[in-house]
Amino acid sequence: MRLEPRASTSGAATILWPLGAILATVVFSSVLVMIAGASPLTVFWLVFKGAAGSQFALLETLTRATPLIFTGLAVAVAFRARLWNIGAEAQLYLGAVMTVVLGTGAVTLPSAGLIPLIMIAAMLTGALTLLGPAILKTRFGVDEVVTTLLLNFIVLLFVSMLLEGPLKDPTGLGWPQSKRVIAEAQLPRLIKGKRLHYGFVLAIVSAVIVWVIMKKTVLGYEMRAVGHNAEAARFAGIPVNRVIAKTALLSGGLAALAGFSEVAGLKGNLTLDLSPGYGYTGIVVAMLAMLNPLGVIAAAIFVAGIFVGADAMSRSANVPSYIAEVMVATSLLTMVAAIMLMRYRVRWS
Amino acid sequence: MDLTERPEAEIVLRLSGITKRFGPLVANDAISLTLARGEVVALLGENGAGKTTLMNILFGHYTADEGQIEVFGKPLPPGDPNAALAAGIGMVHQHFTLADQMTVLENIVLGTRPLWSLNLGKAEARSKIRTLAADYGLEVEPDRMITELSVGERQRVEILKALYRQARILILDEPTAVLTPMETEALFSTLKKLVAAGLSVIFISHKLGEVQSVSDRVVVLRGGRLAGERKTSEATRRELAELMVGGQLPVNEIGPPSPGAILFELRGVSTRSTGGAALRQVSIGLRGGEITGLAGISGNGQAALAALISGTLEAREGDIIVHGEPVAHWSPRAALDRGLGRIPEDRHATGMIGDMSVAENVISEAYRSPRFSRFGFLDWKAAASFAGDIIKAYDVKCPSPEARVRLLSGGNMQKLILGRALDGDPDIILASQPTRGLDVGAVAYVHARLIEARDRGAAVLLISEDLDEIQTLSDRIVVIHRGQLSRPSARGELSVMELGELMAGHGHDEGAHHAA
Repeated sequence: MRLEPRASTSGAATILWPLGAILATVVFSSVLVMIAGASPLTVFWLVFKGAAGSQFALLETLTRATPLIFTGLAVAVAFRARLWNIGAEAQLYLGAVMTVVLGTGAVTLPSAGLIPLIMIAAMLTGALTLLGPAILKTRFGVDEVVTTLLLNFIVLLFVSMLLEGPLKDPTGLGWPQSKRVIAEAQLPRLIKGKRLHYGFVLAIVSAVIVWVIMKKTVLGYEMRAVGHNAEAARFAGIPVNRVIAKTALLSGGLAALAGFSEVAGLKGNLTLDLSPGYGYTGIVVAMLAMLNPLGVIAAAIFVAGIFVGADAMSRSANVPSYIAEVMVATSLLTMVAAIMLMRYRVRWS
Repeated sequence: MDLTERPEAEIVLRLSGITKRFGPLVANDAISLTLARGEVVALLGENGAGKTTLMNILFGHYTADEGQIEVFGKPLPPGDPNAALAAGIGMVHQHFTLADQMTVLENIVLGTRPLWSLNLGKAEARSKIRTLAADYGLEVEPDRMITELSVGERQRVEILKALYRQARILILDEPTAVLTPMETEALFSTLKKLVAAGLSVIFISHKLGEVQSVSDRVVVLRGGRLAGERKTSEATRRELAELMVGGQLPVNEIGPPSPGAILFELRGVSTRSTGGAALRQVSIGLRGGEITGLAGISGNGQAALAALISGTLEAREGDIIVHGEPVAHWSPRAALDRGLGRIPEDRHATGMIGDMSVAENVISEAYRSPRFSRFGFLDWKAAASFAGDIIKAYDVKCPSPEARVRLLSGGNMQKLILGRALDGDPDIILASQPTRGLDVGAVAYVHARLIEARDRGAAVLLISEDLDEIQTLSDRIVVIHRGQLSRPSARGELSVMELGELMAGHGHDEGAHHAA
């Protein structure tokens, strides 16, 4: 078996291969559902109903999609420049830490001043978190996959230390959780009495801004050039190391916004279970979107829908909600395969 | 028409109607050829004419879609390199297939003994290799490591490897590309001894001169088809060239130079190694209105010199002086800001970004200028119209400025690079292997543009491994050997053989000591 590069990829192929990937995921999950003793059709119908079957379901899916849009964008931006940021989880948590540091009363300002201040501070924190690995990569050739991945665990332990120490809520009955952010630091709800908050709007706006950056600006051009061929970019006089550093700042900042938006918009305080792996799921989201910033919105809603829907489904059908993890993971693998098959054709000889 | 008109000649190889398609591309279209005992057939054609594909089919690397192969009267099973070896076909590839960390002997014996045999039969093999080497002028010491050998010696090992396996038909794919003129002479005399001993040779080349001096018969391929077949003694150079190109051969006129001031100068520059040799105390000045040609065998520091001038490799010591002023911080940006036009050696790896569009590629050196961007936003209209200008002015065949560069042919890609590098009429031009892998038409085009730049007063440094190209274009020739430069010689001052001596390191101040 050999892979031959395709001369070109037709427009239809860029739609059909990803659809094929989703279909393959459904088929594979169906087998697992049948092994669990349920009917795939029923289960998928229940997942769909649970994700989008009612106003409540739909809002819940969008709420869940919000952090995934941020982390998906963070990964998409970084991967575009071939900076393999596996550390969105760490950047998310440190963004959340900065949010509670500034938002629990240390600074008192009206909302219009406090929220942007916290947002910028959180972004800076995340940005600097990724800048370290980026500099290690450009200066010493240290593999950023390793450094960013391991930073996730270091940061989680650091957050745990903070929550047992300086950031611990004295009224929290001993639980490792922070104080709640003050009212002025909270992102308002989009609809009164529902969980969906302005973080979702912020996520959509961010996606559009990132799209404009990638498509229209000098920085986006430099990032794509470095990602596609760093040697040629360097030859042409593009400052490759500086571009990688800027990419790191942008990517880390976007991931930190996920932490900010979860704390300031949804949870109100910081706990160790703030993110059930949004940083890692962001990789799936970015790949499903084929690194397109606007595609990230759709991919994040799709992935969030599977999680939310599977939760609902597991309550009525007797299939564990872990099927959602399997579906998301499978869709990543099939999508990566589909992207490869878009570029190469397989020859059997 | 069968030109093997010796009725007594035994046909050892017969290809009939070989066709091979890669998707829509027909690489070989119903090609038939024969090879007689004791004959050298040259397979002549430009890059992409289908020479290598045909030989890969013969050797079993590819399977033909149509057609048969007969070796010594027996059909050869398709797609089986072992069958080709067993039938007595030996191939010497352009890129050698030797294990570097093993000795000559081990490389030759490798794969000829059963896996479970406990000894390699070294003593016996050694004497057999010595005999073969002495018989055919292929002197190599069997116990030396491959890493210690020169390129010419490695090629001899490859030929010995084939002879050791009792090859009766030897295929050589562009064997002279990596050789000095002297090594080429030695190879040709070896080939004469081989055919005298009854072997048959297929010699693949795109160089007319060699084809004429080494072959009995020439088979010309063009665009995957058999363009013609001639007896070497009856064919003129011009006739062969026209068969190869399919029309008149473009000729560039080059007038006498009018040298101006020194525009670019290196003084005592040394660098680290970039795969090949590092530069050691290199000094050279490039005058306006003059093409300086840098000749040398691949790997002697050409890559380091090109990278240094391009700005991607730092000088460890020495000065870079542009327009009379020393430059403190040299980089690709600094080079571009001082008006250097640079044509890199490797179009795909360094020259262009294959997955980006033509427009995105042509602005890559100038995107920060007000011409293409304002307030951090790119002006894609200006980029597309610049791309359109280059496409028109340089006759680039591409569907649109939005097309991905990967889809273009090598020649068209090179024209884009040329257009980008020569935009704004740079007065210092570095052209590193500018015509490697291009067809004759594109080569002539690139040459014409370089001559044009020289005639308007630019200083041009041409780095090439093709001595013909260097001799045709250069007003002055410098030879590089192990990172050091020879004294420059004027056009026509040194013969091919004399240049070859310099390329091999004789006549360099230090080189003589190394040449043991």
